[in-house]
Amino acid sequence: MEVNVANRAISADSGFEPDPDFRNNFPHSRILEIFRKTCTNRFFEYEVARVFDSGAIKMPIYLSIGQEHVAAVFSEVMNAPMIFGQHRGHSHYLSFGGDMRALIDELLHRETGCAGGMGGSASIHCPEIGMVGHSGLMGDQVPIAVGAALGSGKTVLTVFGDASGEEDYVYGAMGYAATKKLPMIFLCEDNNLSILTEVSKRRSWSLVDVARSVGMKAIDLVDDDPWHIAQAVSELKDDMPAFINVHVCRHHWHAGTGVDGEPEWNRFELFREALCDCGLKEEMLRIEQQAKDEVQRVWQEQLQGP
Amino acid sequence: MALTVAQTISQATRTHLEENDGLLFGQCLTAVGWVGGTVPEMTEEEGIVELSMADVSGPGIAVGAALVGRRPIYVIRYQGFMWYNAAPILNYAAKSKDMWGVPCPICVRALAMEGGMGPVASAAHHGMVMRMPGISVFAPMTPGEWLEGWEWFMNHDKPIYMSEHRRSLLVDYEMEDDFSGQPDITLFPISAARLNVAHAVEVLQKEDITCDVVHLKWLKPFVTEERMIVSLGRSGLGLIIDTDFEVGGPSRGIAHELMLNASVPVHALGLEERSAGFAPHLDNLTPTPERIVERVREVVEQRASQRVTS
Repeated sequence: MEVNVANRAISADSGFEPDPDFRNNFPHSRILEIFRKTCTNRFFEYEVARVFDSGAIKMPIYLSIGQEHVAAVFSEVMNAPMIFGQHRGHSHYLSFGGDMRALIDELLHRETGCAGGMGGSASIHCPEIGMVGHSGLMGDQVPIAVGAALGSGKTVLTVFGDASGEEDYVYGAMGYAATKKLPMIFLCEDNNLSILTEVSKRRSWSLVDVARSVGMKAIDLVDDDPWHIAQAVSELKDDMPAFINVHVCRHHWHAGTGVDGEPEWNRFELFREALCDCGLKEEMLRIEQQAKDEVQRVWQEQLQGP
Repeated sequence: MALTVAQTISQATRTHLEENDGLLFGQCLTAVGWVGGTVPEMTEEEGIVELSMADVSGPGIAVGAALVGRRPIYVIRYQGFMWYNAAPILNYAAKSKDMWGVPCPICVRALAMEGGMGPVASAAHHGMVMRMPGISVFAPMTPGEWLEGWEWFMNHDKPIYMSEHRRSLLVDYEMEDDFSGQPDITLFPISAARLNVAHAVEVLQKEDITCDVVHLKWLKPFVTEERMIVSLGRSGLGLIIDTDFEVGGPSRGIAHELMLNASVPVHALGLEERSAGFAPHLDNLTPTPERIVERVREVVEQRASQRVTS
């Protein structure tokens, strides 16, 4: 299976050149940790889907299957940033160290949820890992993230989708971050869809070009290979603020568990294949099974309740 | 010599930046009069942060600073721009504590203006803020009142919307409520209407219409206080006068609340239901003394005729 970006809006200059040395020198222990987190994210989302379909979750859910590795990579390569995410945040929460049980409880509307039941799937909040809840107004986390970076001096990661990137205030906020040279990475998880409307139907311009126009270093990562993401982040975090647009392939609908046929590509399977190519098949299979067992066990326990 | 409102704000701001590690955000803060002299002449290093002209991301940036504990002051030079600025303030800062238990204390200083300002920059718009949970609304017109709102902000972990008015900036005195023994009506003015009511009351007195005046500052939470009930009990009639639009506006909401508590009719008077033009004869101003007098006459006569027929 190959990454198919034929229908995607790609920048003429991606600003990225895969470095074989980076890949070869990236420690196996770290890529396996990224894989472990990716598996945890993925199997967690499968459980969310299963429980949602059973009727136990009575609110919209926003699954990240297909793009669950992005958060895993960032959590390994960025050092404890404040995180301002958006509605598709399960993977960010888990990857950066959020308590799985608290997220399960949140999805089950319990007071013991990470946002006391107020946030649901879309507004995950976890001060313990520096993750700030999202209001629901698309993209408003971006200027708030800029303010947090300015006010605290801490490194901030703000995550949004290709649609939110079009919100008027995102541009203004990015411009301000560039003006003030704030320690931030702006991550766009570009799944090419605003619900069902493709980027090419919404705009003729590129977010990467917008970022560059305000003087920010920007990368358009066409291939969402985990090593490429790791390399890109490693380059960008020394030159912040910076913008990275990662083309990802979301498997499910914008909300809920529906699917529209086979995804354009399956990064998880590609990741597995790549690990095999690295001679890590045995470790890969073990990690995958352990993650699956662990996630299913925790979900089982939480569903049974106190 | 007493300080004006502008001087009071500037002084309090300086102290906040120097001693509390506070920040002040806004547009065009430093180049044009330091916002009517309300912003101290300090640098960015000292905490005055000039934002870009992006009216939605700008308050978002201030909200972010509030989230990380800097207790920012965010200045909106024209309250009409609140329609751009509102989103992160009302949708995030005001909701943060309810949603996640995380306070987001930001002091929004929004200045109302009037007189040739046109349809967008004119008027107070505190009504739109009062609708949303999680943010207090205070409309100071005197130095002491501004400090009251500021002290509230510094002692609470909620956002506050200070609905200021440019006409207050040179005020260097306090305004006391005015209670007579037997009023014909109780007036409850808000913001710049408080200045206009003073003239209206003089005119009405000459027509033997006696007015009690209760100055309203706390718009949200609005608390019906005993002095309001006592005065309404004596007058049997009330009128809220506001610098915001009347239709769908705070004047009608407050009137409703007072009516429920005092069981007497309370009317409302605000900006007229039309856009403000730039020409003086097309403007839409805070109810003038003339409009106030006219409305008071109207409701007093209406009551008198109802008494005759009943």
